[in-house]
Amino acid sequence: MWNKQKEEPIQPVPRQTPPPAQNPVETRKETIPVATNPFKAPEPDTRGSASIGKAVKINGQIFSKEDLYVDGDVEGTIELNENKLTIGPSGRVQAGVKAREVVVLGQIQGNVEALDKIDIRKDAKLVGDIKTARIIIEDGAYFKGSIDIVRQDARKTAAPAAAPAHSTAPAVAAEVKR
Amino acid sequence: MLPDKLKSIFRGSGAVDGSSSFPRGKGGAEKEIVTTRQSRGLDQFFSDIRDQTGLSILDMGGACQDNINFITNLGHRITPQSILWSVDETFGGSTEADQSNPHQIESFLKSNLDYPAGTFDGVLLWDTLQFMAPALLHAVLERVHNIVRPKSYLLVYFNSEEHSKTAPVYSFRIQDKSTLTLIQRGTRAAAQSFNNRGLEKLFAKFESVKFFLTREALREVIVRR
Repeated sequence: MWNKQKEEPIQPVPRQTPPPAQNPVETRKETIPVATNPFKAPEPDTRGSASIGKAVKINGQIFSKEDLYVDGDVEGTIELNENKLTIGPSGRVQAGVKAREVVVLGQIQGNVEALDKIDIRKDAKLVGDIKTARIIIEDGAYFKGSIDIVRQDARKTAAPAAAPAHSTAPAVAAEVKR
Repeated sequence: MLPDKLKSIFRGSGAVDGSSSFPRGKGGAEKEIVTTRQSRGLDQFFSDIRDQTGLSILDMGGACQDNINFITNLGHRITPQSILWSVDETFGGSTEADQSNPHQIESFLKSNLDYPAGTFDGVLLWDTLQFMAPALLHAVLERVHNIVRPKSYLLVYFNSEEHSKTAPVYSFRIQDKSTLTLIQRGTRAAAQSFNNRGLEKLFAKFESVKFFLTREALREVIVRR
């Protein structure tokens, strides 16, 4: 009734088949890249760091001013205040650990203090208390102990005020007494 | 000092599989079912502690990134404890496992819940209690009562299908103060089932018990020490 347009019969449009490609292999494009290899977690980069191999066992204290990769057995203490510690898949550490960054693929039995962050990967095992600014735990990792998050700003404010003999800042959780 | 059981795990003799933080249901490789839900129990649990900082929370569901992030962002300390995994380690994971041996129970408590009195300001028990046989369950609750400060809360879930012999095994992940993501990983034989009266008796030693009936056949229980 209103502005009724004359309905035109819809003409069937013949489907146009694309002309056969001269070289179909060249013209086909993948919109989504497909990897044929299964995903594999990147191997820890051990270049430029000290390394303790699978067949090595150490009893005692380790102090290092460079990054350290442990794939053997260590009992005692490990301190790398400004550097990164990686416990490889075969690494078994029964020690107190202190480092800027800790990556665990193997096993640690002992307390861990990571000034920057700790990364506990799948299949890793850690029994002990953790103090760190950031923590990453993958599903499948075994962890038993407590986690104190020490904020970087709390660390900065606490350090000059108290200047403790033990260089770690108190955990946020430990500051509050009920 | 660590108990012998854990030492044996570190020596490599323990039967540890890759999914150790979360106990597997029967069959092992069930597919995961993920649901998100509102939780009044969780809301109440955190309403009490969110205005404070520096509290200690025991999470019996094991180490989980979401829960660690949420609780530590509130300024609290979290102690993850994969209690069902430890139950299987101590008593065996089969449905016929005997969880009533007093020596094993004592060893279990020493390995897993050996904390000074009043250490924690809240306990997230999730759905772990329903998988414990009566003797173990009462021993665990007795110990929890001891290690939790007065006026603190426990958050517990029970399967509300009373006649079901199995219950889904969930991993509980906190999204915000009142929202949970539940990841179901198969089922497991329920050692006991509880109705409201049974739950009141179970927590008789505690100050108060409050129930929330919810979806997914889960009964939320908030218990005040």
